[in-house]
Amino acid sequence: MSEASPAKAYSLHLGVIALLFVLSFLLPEYYHGLLARIMVLAVFAMGYNMLFGYVGLLSLGHAMFFAAGLYGAGLAVIQLGWGVPLAFLGGIACGAVLALLIGLLALRTTGVAFMIVTMMFAQVFYLLILYFATWTGGDQGMVVPQPARVLSFGATSLELTNPTVRYMTALGLFSIVLLVTSAIVRSRYGRVLVAIRENEERTKMLGYDTFSNKLAAVVISGTICAASGAAYALLFGYIGSSFASVQYSILPLLWVLLGGAATTLGPLIGTLFMYYVIDITSGYTSAYLLIVGIALILLVLFFPKGILGSIRQRWLGWLP
Amino acid sequence: MTDKNGFFDLSKSTLTRRTALKGLAAGAGLGLAPGFVRYSQAQSSAPIKIGFQSHRTGIGAAYGRWYEKTTAAAVKAINAAGGINGRQVEVIIEDDGTDPGRGAEVVGKFATQHKTDIVFGTLFSHVVIGSAPAAGENKMPYFVVSEGHHVASTKLNRYVFQPGITDVKSQIESMAPWIAANAGKKVTQIFPDFAFGYDHRDYLPPALKAQGADVIAQIAIPPTESSFTKFFPQIPAETEVIYHVMVGPAVLTFVKELGEFYGPNRPQLFGFIDSLEATDINSPGLEFLDGSHFWEGSPRYAQADDSVAQKAYRTAVGIDDNGAAVGDPKDVSTAAHMFGCWETLYVVKKAMEDAGYKGPEDRAKLVEATEALTEFAEGPEHPQGPKTFNGKIHQCFGIQNISKVEGGKLKVVHKTKIEDGLYEAEGDYTTQAL
Repeated sequence: MSEASPAKAYSLHLGVIALLFVLSFLLPEYYHGLLARIMVLAVFAMGYNMLFGYVGLLSLGHAMFFAAGLYGAGLAVIQLGWGVPLAFLGGIACGAVLALLIGLLALRTTGVAFMIVTMMFAQVFYLLILYFATWTGGDQGMVVPQPARVLSFGATSLELTNPTVRYMTALGLFSIVLLVTSAIVRSRYGRVLVAIRENEERTKMLGYDTFSNKLAAVVISGTICAASGAAYALLFGYIGSSFASVQYSILPLLWVLLGGAATTLGPLIGTLFMYYVIDITSGYTSAYLLIVGIALILLVLFFPKGILGSIRQRWLGWLP
Repeated sequence: MTDKNGFFDLSKSTLTRRTALKGLAAGAGLGLAPGFVRYSQAQSSAPIKIGFQSHRTGIGAAYGRWYEKTTAAAVKAINAAGGINGRQVEVIIEDDGTDPGRGAEVVGKFATQHKTDIVFGTLFSHVVIGSAPAAGENKMPYFVVSEGHHVASTKLNRYVFQPGITDVKSQIESMAPWIAANAGKKVTQIFPDFAFGYDHRDYLPPALKAQGADVIAQIAIPPTESSFTKFFPQIPAETEVIYHVMVGPAVLTFVKELGEFYGPNRPQLFGFIDSLEATDINSPGLEFLDGSHFWEGSPRYAQADDSVAQKAYRTAVGIDDNGAAVGDPKDVSTAAHMFGCWETLYVVKKAMEDAGYKGPEDRAKLVEATEALTEFAEGPEHPQGPKTFNGKIHQCFGIQNISKVEGGKLKVVHKTKIEDGLYEAEGDYTTQAL
């Protein structure tokens, strides 16, 4: 596998961002709204990919980081009356702190144990949301009031409920995270993460503090997932415990596996693919999850490294 | 299609030469504007499109299936009687997976892809709350059949209505007088430790207190529990009534273990049928419920005093005297709730006719027309019973049924009055901008 030159990789990323920008003016109304949601959730998948794809740590608890951002931002608006920018930063901070704490504890394990420990922590987080229902809304969740979902710049204000504002905000977040994660994985630090994934003992022997590097990766991953959750709460106006359930820990894993682990654009492709398969097939049959399952089996058989991963392996070795 | 206003009835008017010339001129004008004509014709003859947000999969699937059957029956009846404003009604169904995230997407899909006139039919509270922002942002009237208090709490938005089924706060307040007078004055509550249970936890004690009775213990069962025996020693010995609202698959185990714990000398039992909707009351393990009482929105079993409208409704939906699908006695319905779909569609019909609704541009008029409704008389359109409607909180109020399990059937022993379930409004949606 040959690596793309920085110019080639960034050109591709900027091209994708430009394409998404242009699509905003071309897509029919429904798909315009759907793509905004997909971009926000693709950020969740990109955060997951950071840990799973580049460090090789399979977590089944990332819903808690997404939910930390979701509740951190949503409750800041609902309960504390914070403005959108501060609430967004608050949500990200919640995810970062939680990721640091979980990382310190969970990274004492590896492999299957890491998977189980993260799942258990996520379950604790989920049950805490239900337990403190007075503040969180429990399983019913809460609405983030529409009048509060406004970005104000002096005399100018932008309503996040406006489809164009929402799309461009989602695109902005997606673009920043794409470029930042791309820069991270191409940096010296990113190479250390890949080295840990390939052979942790050898990396240690070379003098790297693998625990610290992995902990930093957990924090970066959790922070990105929290940014996605915070954006989801503010852009779509609802926070609920279902977003902290195990289903939302498995979804980013599926999106990343589908799109291609350790590829920068794989999370977007995987999320896009899964969303459209469900959206289209559910219009024809209530057994649409069966079709999704068959699609997943076919992908695993014919694209074992995910869509972009397999394309990179077979045809375009330079794909970032 | 016949026109109720007699617009095309030439016998009622005299055709003069001047009128004829005006008509010809108008016709020529319209002929030069083919796009407008097409538009007008489409407006007048195109069906009213109702987006049905259905729980086809996920935890609400049993409800979703029966909500679909009831909706299909109501739409068939409405169309057979001439539709709404002379237009046929078409239902477009999307599965929300009983998931709030998908629910919001489905509302968006109805608004921007299917371009339905309204969205309708959601049951589960978390899906309603998750979908409400999308309805408000798309200015899409959203008629739910949920029984949650979320609509009446006025914490959603002006586009969300619940005109076809009472909310849980009203139901609990209606039950309290009967429980205090007939079952006992010392009540222990057992409820699931999540929002559905919290409504009962919060609203029952004050309602009973007002009737001179007390909740002496509240036992919350964590949602992850599958065995309940360890909780039963917490029930105080002086308990006269156990008020239970367990839901989900674990309810059979709950009842069985409660029976094993008490044997024949049990306190009175009072529950909400939500626990056993779509479940045969004669299922093994439920024998312990014999002689106990349940709340029912609409009775599952045919009653001796059923009205003509109730009988016609049951026939139209296709449920037999035991509340199961005609021809399949094992397919038990969700009778206590699904009548809300039937009644909601007739409320939509009435509001659209009052508003002179023509298309999505009249959605604001539809909201205001719905808010202006005050009463729904018992009859073919409202077979469950009469209702009042509070336009400020977008919620209806109606009668409730208390049924006793006797000989493997549920027999209605008491019907509450509408006034029993009234409470102070907690807000006013009509002050919100449209």
